[in-house]
Amino acid sequence: MTLLSVQNLGVQTPAGRALVADLSFDLAAGQRLGLIGESGSGKSVTSLAVTGLLGSGLVASGSVLLDGVQVVGASERRLVPLRGRVASVVFQEPLTALDPLMRIGRQLAEPITRHRGLRGSALHAAVADALDEVSLDEARISRAYPHEISGGQRQRAAIAIALASRPQLLIADEPTTALDVTVQAQVLRLLDDLIDARGMALLFISHDLAVVSAMTPDVIVMSSGVAVERGSIERVLSKPQHPYTAELVRSARALDDMLGQR
Amino acid sequence: MILELQNVSYRYRAGALALDDVSLAVGEGASVGLVGESGSGKSTIVKLMLALAKPSSGSVLFEGAPIAPAVMRRFRGAVQTVFQDPYSSLDPRQSIESIVAEPLRSLGIARGSEARSMVAESCAAVGLPADALGRFPHEFSGGQRQRIAIARATVCHPRLLLADEPLSALDVTTRIQVIDLLAELRASAGLAILMVSHDLSAIAALCDETVVLNAGRVVEHGTTATILSTPSQDYTRRLVAAVPRLPHP
Repeated sequence: MTLLSVQNLGVQTPAGRALVADLSFDLAAGQRLGLIGESGSGKSVTSLAVTGLLGSGLVASGSVLLDGVQVVGASERRLVPLRGRVASVVFQEPLTALDPLMRIGRQLAEPITRHRGLRGSALHAAVADALDEVSLDEARISRAYPHEISGGQRQRAAIAIALASRPQLLIADEPTTALDVTVQAQVLRLLDDLIDARGMALLFISHDLAVVSAMTPDVIVMSSGVAVERGSIERVLSKPQHPYTAELVRSARALDDMLGQR
Repeated sequence: MILELQNVSYRYRAGALALDDVSLAVGEGASVGLVGESGSGKSTIVKLMLALAKPSSGSVLFEGAPIAPAVMRRFRGAVQTVFQDPYSSLDPRQSIESIVAEPLRSLGIARGSEARSMVAESCAAVGLPADALGRFPHEFSGGQRQRIAIARATVCHPRLLLADEPLSALDVTTRIQVIDLLAELRASAGLAILMVSHDLSAIAALCDETVVLNAGRVVEHGTTATILSTPSQDYTRRLVAAVPRLPHP
């Protein structure tokens, strides 16, 4: 069974404007896929629709099967068992994704307790392992509040929390966009290694072709809520077919060229 | 020189030095890029250059003199800013026309039909559609909001634009467009730009000069071409190496 199967997904605003229209893709266990597009292209809304997290008034249509469970129109009760166990999300801004009033260690312990049933010293050890896995110093970070650590450390903590429930699919929505380039490079390498080590599937959402090309072999290019092109990253970069993709690649190349030859 | 920092140090209350003996000058029509990690003091420099804070020691000079209250209005007209986050820098309750007209109102530059035509001209120059004026910020994407912020900053024809990470919230096609827009404003209006960014490609595209900051100190200062091709500092080398690059065709 396909881990994630999206068929003819549509998302509409209460006013009837389509944010996503007729989007279909499949993601098998262990597979990686990039969703790339500009702001307003519907890529983040897609990630929310996939996990049943669409905000007030947004209505999904079509079909999203997550581990065989229909997400579109599902009740919260049906969705809760999917979150964490099947799919976790890492959002762009760790400062809003983390609870500002809770120490990192407790935020990390929550999904571990919930999904793996650990308590006491076993829980403590699992929290330490989870922080260690994302190269965070357990003694210091575990007791810290989100505002006491750097942006890169926060995003590592958010990744640790997302992975703590051992999901089969990680949805990373612009996970490094808020970070400095040097930190971005570290966090991307970390994500790449962890996903490989665990054999997880990855839905990687970004506006940055260079970043996506380092993370996923295949991409879907979205524009105004529609998938305008899909294929291997090499093909999309070398022979873009849709005018929008061509523009995107041209822009990315132009910025890349400004830095000169490697 | 339009604006100059001379041996400036800055300390936030009881904290460590955020800036340590920084000297930096922006001349007429110059383009200076300010690069560094979070916490290196980039935004503090912008704050001091906008006279939103006073240095703990050293001085900030506008046209060679300290910024006295008497020249404040002229200073605000000459030095404008664009912030990083176009979602928090635009008042959600004001129309685009009212937002862009703000400097004209607060600096007493123009009102009524003259202000309206300046606003329309500024919005057109940044490529906003004509029907944008009556609409509100939430109806616009990040890139368009940043255009609105640039229209607001340039409506009073300033001589220097201080842009704090103006591109980092934008997509790549939009980023190119905003870079082109800023380059065009530079060329056509002789606008000097000081741009804070961790995006080296944007700096490379727009700035002749680059200043590299680390832990509140200037660690490297030179032409952008030299700093990109032969950085002399370890930190600069790491920064250049960390930029994600496209696979070669």
